[in-house]
Amino acid sequence: MIHMEYYLIVSTIMMFAGIYGFVTRRNLLAMLISVELILNSVDINFVVFNRFLFPEHLEGFFFTLFAIGISAAETAVAIAIIINIYRNIRNIKVKSLHEMKW
Amino acid sequence: MEITLELIVFTILALFTVVSAVLAVTTYRILRAATYLLFVLFGTAGIYFQLNYSFLGAVQMLIYAGGITVLYVFSILLTSSQGDKAEQIRGYKLYSGLAATLLSLGICLYVTLKHDFRPSHFEHGELEVTAIGHTLMSPDKYGYVLPFEVISILLLACIVGGILIARKR
Repeated sequence: MIHMEYYLIVSTIMMFAGIYGFVTRRNLLAMLISVELILNSVDINFVVFNRFLFPEHLEGFFFTLFAIGISAAETAVAIAIIINIYRNIRNIKVKSLHEMKW
Repeated sequence: MEITLELIVFTILALFTVVSAVLAVTTYRILRAATYLLFVLFGTAGIYFQLNYSFLGAVQMLIYAGGITVLYVFSILLTSSQGDKAEQIRGYKLYSGLAATLLSLGICLYVTLKHDFRPSHFEHGELEVTAIGHTLMSPDKYGYVLPFEVISILLLACIVGGILIARKR
């Protein structure tokens, strides 16, 4: 049997990789990719806690299922906003984005 | 601890996932970052399969790897010109970001590994799809019919919002 902590180590490293990317990246799409990594690591945690600690319930399973759906929705709206920004200021760098109201 | 096939599979999956995650945030080309994100999502699906949650693994592959990554690749191709590289971040910004991340990673790993979880056990065996369907559709105590309806409205709102924001004026 593989210990539960091994899975938690993987998800922790993935989460902090995402945080590092979110802090250091200057491109809106790259920041969105980092957010995706963070969400994904939390999903792993939910599933692992469900599987190892409460195998008779399904809470973590359904949390992950709904989190996947919500992150798909979040990505769609964020990419729509980013494309709109690109159409207005011709690039998607954070530096050149001063206002979001036109 | 003896080396079992399960452990070998887990080690390969974990290394693949972690290395891809780190590369996804350190590579300079944004399209490569999206590809590494795809690898991370595949590795996560593999972890779900290994935990005997095949349904979740299939959902992860369909929605994340199949849908979201395609959306990313298309938007990258729409918004960045050829040979576009991320500017290299240098100096104190890089070091402060790295230091903060590594420090928090250390603290989190320390707390996680020190914490005494309740006794964990792992039984092999697949979770039946009928059980998932009944739980998803039941209005009882451990049923999820209300979140199911709420998320369907949320997805509809996101479709409308996405079209409304991205349309040409």
